[in-house]
Amino acid sequence: MELIWEGIKHAGLLLLSRDAEVLGITLFSLQVSSAATGLSLVVGIPLGMLLAMKRFPGHSLAVSIINTGMGLPPVVVGLFVTIFLWRSGPLGFMELLYTPTAMIIAQVIIAFPIVAGLTMAAFQSLNPNLPLQLLGIGASTPQLLWLLCKEARLPLLAAIMAGFGGVISEVGASMMVGGNIRGQTRVLTTATVLETGKGNFEIAIALGLILLVLTFAVNLLLTHIQQREQIRWPKPS
Amino acid sequence: MPYKLSFPIVLAVLALVLAVPSNLPAGEAASKNVILSTTTSTQDSGLLDVLVPLFEKKSGYSVKTVSVGTGQALELAAKGEADVALVHAPSLEKKYVADGKLLNRRLVMYNDFILLGPENDPAQIKSTKSSPKSSIDAMKRIAASANRFVSRGDNSGTHNLEKSLWKQAGIEPKGAWYIESGQGMGATLGIANDRNGYTITDRATYLAFRKRVTLAILLEGDRPLLNIYSVMEVNPANGPRINAAGGKIFADFMVAPETQAVIKSFGVEKFGQPLFIPVAGMREEQVGE
Repeated sequence: MELIWEGIKHAGLLLLSRDAEVLGITLFSLQVSSAATGLSLVVGIPLGMLLAMKRFPGHSLAVSIINTGMGLPPVVVGLFVTIFLWRSGPLGFMELLYTPTAMIIAQVIIAFPIVAGLTMAAFQSLNPNLPLQLLGIGASTPQLLWLLCKEARLPLLAAIMAGFGGVISEVGASMMVGGNIRGQTRVLTTATVLETGKGNFEIAIALGLILLVLTFAVNLLLTHIQQREQIRWPKPS
Repeated sequence: MPYKLSFPIVLAVLALVLAVPSNLPAGEAASKNVILSTTTSTQDSGLLDVLVPLFEKKSGYSVKTVSVGTGQALELAAKGEADVALVHAPSLEKKYVADGKLLNRRLVMYNDFILLGPENDPAQIKSTKSSPKSSIDAMKRIAASANRFVSRGDNSGTHNLEKSLWKQAGIEPKGAWYIESGQGMGATLGIANDRNGYTITDRATYLAFRKRVTLAILLEGDRPLLNIYSVMEVNPANGPRINAAGGKIFADFMVAPETQAVIKSFGVEKFGQPLFIPVAGMREEQVGE
């Protein structure tokens, strides 16, 4: 218990003293995971919409793959991305291993199935007559998609939160493809592993707490947006 | 409702967030990068946090340190996924050098391994002046009495040393008493401490964890327990895009007199004793004499 108090005290001190390295790592974690989440939205939302609204041969196979991908183990993703990015690997010529770009690639692979799967669920739960009605009042296809997105915005925001939560908290892939290099690819999770390995448990706990606070802040923002217009349930009479 | 955010604003925020990482340092000139494959102990001791910035300032190279177990570090170098290796498993290293995968093996520094165990020492391995025991003797006693022993089990430098001790003792460790943690030294020390077992650790990790470990040092100073670190350059024939020149400059840096002086004083302030003793230029037989 004493150790946890020490950790909390340490976290406060690290943040208050505006320790340049810790602030840098925190900001960098946020940047990498935000970029990965953003890119996974670009891929995941259209894919989820497609799977929800179109039937095609191999549809259920594709859905199964996406559903499996929602639970993709980061360390496996890390392993495959590393092998692809090795100098001797197919993408070795790009010299991307141990760079932030490699970390973003791995995190996109982790996050986009989560976003796609939850988007699909969100669109499937819409009233199936809604598209017909919207088309009936003369909506063009882009207008239709936009209006459907607006209609499904609450579960879509949940998808964003789940995707972000998946990548900001992941350590296996970031460790493997990033290499946990000081000042270059060190994020909060890999720094926590390192400090634990060094026996600096107070600092490890402090980093863990900073990660929790960061995740909480991001989710608070998204939740605020999501819950802004609450459904007013009728009072039971 | 004091203010109203709309869905387009959410998207705008996301777009902004997306735009942020464009200023990340993604691709410096390739030839200016040196990939160092090394062991967790050099990283966890904090030594590289001192040496790497020094090297970067001097040479203008940017170092990417990949710290893994010695077995993996050597394998990465042999595959050409690194430019230079700094590891501590002499017998394994010599195999890679003999195969021509790694070149120009040079000693850098050493410290020692120690045998830890429960204070009451049920296997009776404690070496004293009146009854000196060797590390190999100790392994025999642990196995014979089937006292719990926690092994790294991860093909690290420490694990390789442990395996060589078992081999010299003529024992194939097996059974419920032999636990393989598959983890780093710190985690393994924690397990040995919790389960009140014997284990082998490098001294630097022990010093870092001393506050939380109740196990006692039972055996130290035996010659087979020397922990020797060497630097090796990667043969550019191992694969594409190997930065042989950068690797050589880093290896030269590790054995340069100024670097050796830094190694000599490293850790004195924090632990009251140096963590590594520089030995550049020596032959293996001379180390620890």
